[in-house]
Amino acid sequence: MLILNNIPALLVAIPLLASAVVSVLPSARIAWGVAFVTTLCCLYMAFELTEIVSASLTLSYAFGGWEPPWGIAFVVDGANVHLVLLVAFISVIATVYALSTLKHEIAVEDLPKAYAVWLLTIASLFGLSMTGDAFNLFVFLEISALSSITLIALGAGQDRRALLAAYNYLIIGAIGATFYVIGVGYLYAATGTLNLLDIIKRLNEIGTNQAAVTGLAFMLAGIMVKAGVFPVHIWLPAAYSFAPSAVSSLLSAIATKVAIYYLARILFGIFIDTTHLIDLFLLFVLMPVSVIAIFYGTIAAIYQIDIKRLFALSSIAQIGYITFAFSINTHSGISAGFIHLINHALIKGALFMAVGIFAIGIGQRATMNSLRGVGRQMPITFTGFVIAGLALIGVPLTAGFISKLYLFKAIFETGNGIYVAVIAVSSALSVIYLWKIFEVMWLQEPLQPLKIEKESVVACVSLWLLVFTIITFGIYSAGVSSYGMNAANALIGVR
Amino acid sequence: MGNLQLVLAISLFTPLITGLAVLLFNNRKNMRDICGPIGGIITFGSAIAIAMAIIDGQTISINLWQIVPGIGLSFNVTALGALFGIVASGLWILASIYSVGYMRGSKAKNQTRFNFYYAVAIHAAMAISYSGNLLMLFIFYEVLTFSTYPLVTHGQTKDAKDAGRLYMGILVATSLLLFLPALLWVWIISGTLDFTKGGIIPFDFSPSLLPFLLAMFAFGIGKAALMPIHRWLPAAMVAPTPVSALLHAVAVVKAGVFSFLTIVVYIFGIDFLLESGAAVWLVWLTAFTILTSSIIAITKDDLKARLAYSTISQLSYILLGAALATQAAIEGAALHIIMHATAKITLFFCAGAIYVNAHIKKISELDGLGPKMPLVFIAFFVASLSIIGIPPLGGSWSKFMLMVGSVDAGIPIMLLVLGISSLLNIYYLLEPCTRAFFKPSLKEIHVDNHILTIFPPVITATLSLLLFFAVDWVRFLTTLMVIP
Repeated sequence: MLILNNIPALLVAIPLLASAVVSVLPSARIAWGVAFVTTLCCLYMAFELTEIVSASLTLSYAFGGWEPPWGIAFVVDGANVHLVLLVAFISVIATVYALSTLKHEIAVEDLPKAYAVWLLTIASLFGLSMTGDAFNLFVFLEISALSSITLIALGAGQDRRALLAAYNYLIIGAIGATFYVIGVGYLYAATGTLNLLDIIKRLNEIGTNQAAVTGLAFMLAGIMVKAGVFPVHIWLPAAYSFAPSAVSSLLSAIATKVAIYYLARILFGIFIDTTHLIDLFLLFVLMPVSVIAIFYGTIAAIYQIDIKRLFALSSIAQIGYITFAFSINTHSGISAGFIHLINHALIKGALFMAVGIFAIGIGQRATMNSLRGVGRQMPITFTGFVIAGLALIGVPLTAGFISKLYLFKAIFETGNGIYVAVIAVSSALSVIYLWKIFEVMWLQEPLQPLKIEKESVVACVSLWLLVFTIITFGIYSAGVSSYGMNAANALIGVR
Repeated sequence: MGNLQLVLAISLFTPLITGLAVLLFNNRKNMRDICGPIGGIITFGSAIAIAMAIIDGQTISINLWQIVPGIGLSFNVTALGALFGIVASGLWILASIYSVGYMRGSKAKNQTRFNFYYAVAIHAAMAISYSGNLLMLFIFYEVLTFSTYPLVTHGQTKDAKDAGRLYMGILVATSLLLFLPALLWVWIISGTLDFTKGGIIPFDFSPSLLPFLLAMFAFGIGKAALMPIHRWLPAAMVAPTPVSALLHAVAVVKAGVFSFLTIVVYIFGIDFLLESGAAVWLVWLTAFTILTSSIIAITKDDLKARLAYSTISQLSYILLGAALATQAAIEGAALHIIMHATAKITLFFCAGAIYVNAHIKKISELDGLGPKMPLVFIAFFVASLSIIGIPPLGGSWSKFMLMVGSVDAGIPIMLLVLGISSLLNIYYLLEPCTRAFFKPSLKEIHVDNHILTIFPPVITATLSLLLFFAVDWVRFLTTLMVIP
């Protein structure tokens, strides 16, 4: 019972403590073992958490018995319970994947420290996805930023540009965090509280307030930087493309997703009664920006030679889909956004894993030239890669199709058919870059004879676990779509 | 699982198993090449059994679970689907025999890969014909596109790759841009995608949007080669002739028109479509396509290119029948699927036989070849007559029904269009035969006679003849489609 009652706290505390332990362990293998067991424990607890928090229930966990609004509270409800599960699931799989890939990419003596930072990142992501306290969120944002910057910088062993990418992320991330904390300051001045639920209540009492609006604007801007929303995404492509492949798949799958979740929480939660401002923001800022992001990311990806960077750019477009769905500002729009949030995490995680396996196999960066003919040499990985790629396009029987289906539904319900064209055209454009890769890898002859290391079984297993999940969600969507419903219910009420 | 479900599963999976068997027998040529005909016979047998059961009034379906509410993983045989299943599997038997002769005769490389994708394409075609809802149809429509890409680019020359890119580009782009959104639209307004006689679109659906939805389907199904999205079809003619024969006279293009006809009959409902008048624009566009592509066909000297444009024109006959949406027109369209398939596959078989045995591709070089390959040219002649629509050949029935349908629909001017088209057909299809038989040969041509390339066209030509007399049996299925 002690465990069950304290799951929200333990989900953060266990990886945090394990991270301290791992950092002093002598051997990389033991360090990995501890990390793996830790993530497994977290996955188990996340499952328990979904049991506890059924669709209607909101679990509020007060740290140290200090009831909110005085103490720090974690809130788990329909909007984030499956996000926690997603974070736990991806971190287990990414940790398995790291076992066989990280040793190729960073020096062996650095491995225990790398796993320590790895766990720290995971702990902060759990914190981000559960906290109900505006300032506490800032703390987790900083932990997550600093630890992921360290992980990205570890890519420098392979390519020195990783250092620049990490530095960029550091600076831009710090600016974002500053914006966020300024916003929190304003809101605190206006309401005298830091607890999100409490802020909502107070704001409803005092009505619209200049300080609160300003604070909200700062907060949104700060979170958008972290979420990789279009104009402030510039740290993202380099960071994902130069990080070690395990790090890329972990971060691309879940790091931006928790920020996006929090963005939705602010948009649809905080100003629950003065929605007019939020409506304007959604319609005149977020929607156009998302459309631009969708086309910018897709078209830039078409002209990209470096495969990891290509998928990082495609992430910009995919994040655009999610924010676009939010900006529709209806119940089905929000649930479509959450559905795609889950599905894209799985798809992009799988894609980065596959690209990592290819890169290790050929012993150099994966580009349109170096990957020629590699698909025929590594058929198992290639098949998984193709399935994930098809899911990215939104081909039926994959998870991506379910996302697209609900997105279409949300758009059709608004009666504004022009946006159907946006989605249809952009997914047709995404065929171009994926087809280019498939063609290069399957049909073209290598420039010089390939010397391919055999693909590691462990890495393939982790890739295929994700691919299997993608297919499962594609042919049986009840779970993920009910999550979308529940999330929308939790945020804007049952429709 | 009932007996009929088992038969359905057999007809769906036999082609796939055939493909795997082909891979297995990679090193044993004779074993590998016999797989296709055997698989074809089994598939054809079960397709016949399915059609008999449908005529009997039974329903055959396999329903797995629902992907999202209203869209299940399901196969459910419609009358039209049963007909198309017979066409695809029956002609596969002959085409697979023919392709052995052709590929060996032309000493092609990578024959195993070729046979494998060939079988996968047939699997997709069978799954398209027996799909229970529009999403399943869409999925296998895409499988068909992707599995025929390696066949189109089989030569691996630069031309083949360019053509392959155009082929994929047009088919994938149209399906993702128009077909998929259109089917999602249908799902959103009607809550289901199951094929239902009489249609599923709610009657209160805005009449001003209906032509638009129909257009999304008509242009989204690129395989139906409606102008202006027909360019992929002539380009795909770089493929070896067995591919052009089966896939671009039967499976691929017929899958396109079949999909459209299915959508008209089982999604829109013909009565609804006829009353709303939403398809009138399509009648004119198909008329335009019929005439224009016939005129283009006249200008082509390459035999396969001429046949390709002839195919585009004939496909629009079927689309015309769907757009007219009267009972006779729909029946005519369905009949034309089978009539045109048998005739056109004969023509392609002949074109391939001429190429393999005499190494001639151009019509202007056919002079005097007739007496050297009499069977081939007689088959070509018979099939041409069927396409022109002269009794006693199968093609005359479908053309007749289409004419009746256009009068019923109150657009009698289509009689003129069909008449002019027949005249153009006479001109461009009979030219090869007259040259071969009546012009003196200019130079000495060496002719081999690979027997496997010669008897399939003779059989299919005979079939065209038999279908004229056996049309009542086909109409058991087509009337099931249209009677309410």
